[in-house]
Amino acid sequence: MSIKTILNSSIVKKVWMALTGLFLCTFLVGHLAGNMQLVLKTGEEGRRAFNEYAYFMAHNPFIKVLSYVTYFSIIFHAFQGFYLTYQNKKARPQGYAYSKPAANSSLPSRYMAILGTLVLVFIVTHMANFWWKAKIKEDIPLHAYTVSIPGPMGQMQKQEFYYTHNLQLIPKNDEITVKNKTDLYMKSVNIKVAEGYVDLHTVVMDFFSPKQNEQAMFYVLLYVFSMCALAFHLWHGFASGFQSLGLNHRRYTPLIHSAGKLFAVIVPGMFALITILIYLK
Amino acid sequence: MATKFINITLKIWRQQNSQSKGSLETYTLNKVSTDSSFLEMLDQLNEQLISDQKSPVAFDHDCREGICGMCSLYINGRAHGPATGTTTCQLHMRKFKDGETIYVEPWRSKAFPIVKDLVVDRSAFDRIQQAGGFISINTSGKTMDANAIPVPKQNADKAFEAAACIGCGACVAACKNSSAMLFVGAKVSQYALLPQGKVEAQERALNMVRQMDEEGFGNCTNTGACEVECPKGISIENIARMNREFLLAASKSNK
Repeated sequence: MSIKTILNSSIVKKVWMALTGLFLCTFLVGHLAGNMQLVLKTGEEGRRAFNEYAYFMAHNPFIKVLSYVTYFSIIFHAFQGFYLTYQNKKARPQGYAYSKPAANSSLPSRYMAILGTLVLVFIVTHMANFWWKAKIKEDIPLHAYTVSIPGPMGQMQKQEFYYTHNLQLIPKNDEITVKNKTDLYMKSVNIKVAEGYVDLHTVVMDFFSPKQNEQAMFYVLLYVFSMCALAFHLWHGFASGFQSLGLNHRRYTPLIHSAGKLFAVIVPGMFALITILIYLK
Repeated sequence: MATKFINITLKIWRQQNSQSKGSLETYTLNKVSTDSSFLEMLDQLNEQLISDQKSPVAFDHDCREGICGMCSLYINGRAHGPATGTTTCQLHMRKFKDGETIYVEPWRSKAFPIVKDLVVDRSAFDRIQQAGGFISINTSGKTMDANAIPVPKQNADKAFEAAACIGCGACVAACKNSSAMLFVGAKVSQYALLPQGKVEAQERALNMVRQMDEEGFGNCTNTGACEVECPKGISIENIARMNREFLLAASKSNK
């Protein structure tokens, strides 16, 4: 049997759907762990924790590789999904006049393509909201904070400092310029004095805050709705992935099904909850 | 249970031949015994149609005791009707109410073209079987004693469960994708679990799946509709086994 026949077989196509889908489940766990930094610590501590996490994500070579695997998985899973749906529709050119699919299968399992499309639309919106600003436009200001220090006459003066890797106090003034996104250079001698952090935390918090963003309510609703679609997609998809890989066992399969349903509720639920918490802050 | 008689309205798919465009026709049938099977009810309708000088409804049937796999019919939105683990021939009219409207449609799948009315061409299943659903050891003449080859009891049981498939095509009819994976999974499993089937196990999985794909069945999305509607209760565990067999064969086979 030729390699082409094998790769084009219905079983291998489903294996690819399962592998990319289950990989994206692990991505969700990582993404959620990062987002938890937004709510676990508050104030300046929370801002530091999230921006340090964002810096790690943008600079670790292993994460870089993983990010490309993630982009590939999303695109492949989506296109393969569309192609399979097209083939499946073609396999029944004429439908039934009267059909009762609810008698034999769950609703999410029958609407995977529509749920997946909703998730894809969300991913595009979500990337336009944050990924685009951070990765392409690169116009996010660096993390700086204001402190009050006593001046020469004893009166308190407010001064802004960059938050840096070695906690070095670098004042935010004309003497310091930013190069390569995060490098802080002393303008007069052109020497790198420290490295700062991109303030993604403020971007995220402002985005979902009704005080900063007039459309915050719309986006919170959109994100919560999209997480519902993701939850239903995972409700069927998680366990379905194992079945496609041939992993079905009388002892373990019920466990996989329960774990999948738990995963489908908890992970998207937490993502949605974080946006609501920020909105209510 | 005392015999009752019910009056029903039937909406039946009528189609002259594979080329013509069919439509749902409405018939009223009175005095149907609740003890009659669904096929006997259709016989009664055909007698009425013949006496009215109309063409009888064509439908598949043979043994009428639930083992041949010839009867089909998508009844009131479900393959083989509302009863679980039952073929259409074993479905009785006591499952229906007096005055009920019953929809009767043929299996719908590109791979099962309609021949006439409710009769579909299921030879795609035959071609899948011919591609690998057999063993090539001698089973006639000088046969070996059946117990000479030890078979673990649990494998024998699972193979037997898979072998219960009668190839009726309800799995394809019920699947929203018209996928034949439960049928092929059952056939692959039936032999893969037994030592006699091991010889051609790799080629069998590859060839049967290739033939299934060529016939134009859809892809499995694990909705599980097939195992619910299967009159023989074949589990989708067999689909997972076929997936394993296929992947193993694809990585090991030299052919």
